Amino acid sequence: MKILVCLSNVPDTTTKVRFKDNNTSFDANGVQWIINPWDELALTRALELKEGSNGVITNVSVITVGEAFAEPTIRKALAIGADNAYRVNSIPKDAFFTAFQIAEIAKKESFDIIFAGIESSDYNGSMVGSMISEFLNISSVSSVSAVNIENNEIKVTREIPGGKEFLNVTAPLVAVVQKGIAINPRIPSMRGIMTARTKPLTVSEAVACDSLTEFVNYELPQPKGKCKMISADNVKELVQLLHNEAKVL
Amino acid sequence: MATVQYTAPDHFLCDELFTDEQKIVRGAIRDWVDRSVKPIIEDYYERATCPVHLIKELGEMGAFGPFIPQEYGGAGMDYTSYGLIMQELERGDSGIRSMASVQTSLVMFPIYSFGSEEQKRKYLPKLATGELLGCFGLTEPNHGSDPGGMKTNVKDMGDHYLLNGSKMWITNSTIADIGVVWAKNEQGVVLGMIVEKGMSGFTAPETHGKWSLRASVTGEMVFDNVKIPKENIFPGVKGLRGPLSCLNSARYGIAWGVIGAAMDCYDSALRYSLERQQFGRPIAGFQLQQKKLAEALTEITKAQLLAWRLGVLRNEGKATPAQVSMAKRNNVNMALQIAREMRQVHGAMGITNDYPMMRHMMNLESVITYEGTHDVHLLITGNEITGIQAFS
Repeated sequence: MKILVCLSNVPDTTTKVRFKDNNTSFDANGVQWIINPWDELALTRALELKEGSNGVITNVSVITVGEAFAEPTIRKALAIGADNAYRVNSIPKDAFFTAFQIAEIAKKESFDIIFAGIESSDYNGSMVGSMISEFLNISSVSSVSAVNIENNEIKVTREIPGGKEFLNVTAPLVAVVQKGIAINPRIPSMRGIMTARTKPLTVSEAVACDSLTEFVNYELPQPKGKCKMISADNVKELVQLLHNEAKVL
Repeated sequence: MATVQYTAPDHFLCDELFTDEQKIVRGAIRDWVDRSVKPIIEDYYERATCPVHLIKELGEMGAFGPFIPQEYGGAGMDYTSYGLIMQELERGDSGIRSMASVQTSLVMFPIYSFGSEEQKRKYLPKLATGELLGCFGLTEPNHGSDPGGMKTNVKDMGDHYLLNGSKMWITNSTIADIGVVWAKNEQGVVLGMIVEKGMSGFTAPETHGKWSLRASVTGEMVFDNVKIPKENIFPGVKGLRGPLSCLNSARYGIAWGVIGAAMDCYDSALRYSLERQQFGRPIAGFQLQQKKLAEALTEITKAQLLAWRLGVLRNEGKATPAQVSMAKRNNVNMALQIAREMRQVHGAMGITNDYPMMRHMMNLESVITYEGTHDVHLLITGNEITGIQAFS
C-alpha cells in the first residue's frame, strides 16, 4: 500500500501580509515558508499508519507544486519521515491547476491513499483534494478527522454537523483531512534531517493546463475598531450604541 | 493549532547566511522548545527541579552530540547547526542548554576525540539517545580558574588506578550515569577517565540553594579510593590540553546559546511594550523604551554575526580558542545586559514568572561565570594581543 501526502508551501502563520504591484500580488519578500499546518498533520498521520501497518504500507511520498524555493519545505517533510518526494516545478496558479498537476503524477504511481489538507493557510481554497479525486475518478472523503487501517480495510471518521460519521472506504481514495487527524505535527530529528539529504526528490515540469482563475486584486481586512467599555449596569447606553453606531439592532 | 508568540529578530537578514538544512535544524529545535520546554519551565524552575523526562526527548531529537559522526550515534552535522541547536535550547532555558552542552561538548566530545575505539562504541551511541547521561569533572573546590592546580589524583595500582579527590559545580552530577573526570597521576600529568555511577567509593551529593540554573542539577563528585579500570582511561590525551579542548567546544556552544536567551527577552519586551499603554499610548512610543529596545537589537545583531562567523571558522577548522573565548565573553555579557534591560521594559510585571527575563537573568549569572569567567576570558584576549599571560 502506498500513500501520497499533498503539501502546500505557505507563509508562516505569523507573517505580516503585504501586497505589491498595486495590490495585485502577494509580497513574498522576507517571508518564512512552512508546510501548510493541515498537510503537516496529514503527513504525521500517514507516517503513523505506515509504522503501525506491519509492512502493509510500504511507502509514504509527498508532493508539492511549487518553484525551487519550496524545496526546504519538501526537505523538512523528508526529514520528518517521508520516503520520497515529488516537486512539480511551477507556481501553483490556482486549485484547478495544482490538482491537475498532482493527479498527473498520481496516475503514474497508483497510490492507495492520497491525503490532502482541508485547506491551505494562505488562500484557504479548500478545493484541491476533491479536484484530485475527480481527475483520478476515485473516491473522495471530506472533513476527515481520523483514518485507520484494520484488516486491510480503510476506516475513516468524518466530522458532520452534530456528530461523527464512520465509513469503510475502498482504496484508492483521497482523504481531505482536518484538525484531529493527528494530535501534534512531528518534529524532525537531527538524524532525520541528515537522512533527508539522500532521499529521492523527483522534479518534473508542469503538464500544460489552463488556469481557470484570474486574481484581480487583494486587500487587507479593515483594522479592528477601538473597544468601547460600558459599565455593566448601563444597559441603556449599550442598546443605544448597538442601535445607532454599530447598527446591528 | 496554537500560534506561538515568538518572532526571532533578524535585523541584518542573517537567515540568508544559513543553509536550508541549518534553518530546518533551528526550526525543529525551536518547535520542540515551544512544545516541551516553554509550557513547563517556569514551574520546574520555581520548584528547583530538573525536568529529567526531557533527557529522552533531547536524545530522540538528536540534540546530544549532533556533530559526532553517525557511526557513533551522532547526526554528523556541522558546527553551525550545533550552534543553532544551542541557541534554540537556551531560548527555552540555560539549564536545558547546559544539559545538552555538557553531554555533547564535555562528555561525548572527549570520548570521541581521546577515547579508545572500545570506549567510543560502548558509550557514544547510548549518550546520543539519552539512554546514558554524562557529567564532566574538572573544577575543584580550591581550583576553578586554575585547573592545573587540581588535587584530584590517580595512583597506578598495576591492574587498575585508584582515584581520590573531589570535584565541584558539576552539571548533571547526581543524575549522571557516567562522568568524564580529569585527575593527575603520580608524575603530575593530567589524565582523563570515565567514572561510572555505582563504582565503590564514588558519591555525588547535590548542591542546594542555587538562585541560578534551578531547572538543572548541580552537584559534587567525591572520590574515595575509587577503582578505575585501566580501560576507562583515555588513551589519546595527556595534560590540560584534554579538558581545555572540551571547554573550548562548550564555550563555542555557549556563544551561540545565550543569543537565544537574549532573543527571548527582547521578543517579550517588544511585544509587551507595544501592548502596554501608559499616558494613553503604548510605552513602545516613548524614547527611553525605544532606546532600550534599539540597543538590544543592535547587540543581538552583533552577537548573531559574531557567532555565525565563528561557526564558519569552526567548520573550516580555523577557529582559535582565543576567538571562541572572545565570542563567549561578548555574547554572554550581551545576553545578561539585555535580560536586565528587557526586564525593566516590563516594569513590575517583569519580576514575575509570567515573563522569562528574571529566569534568564539569574541563569546567565552562572553562564557568565562557568566555562571560564568573564574576567579570565578578557585576559585570554589580552594574552592573545600582547603575548603576555596576566592570569598566572
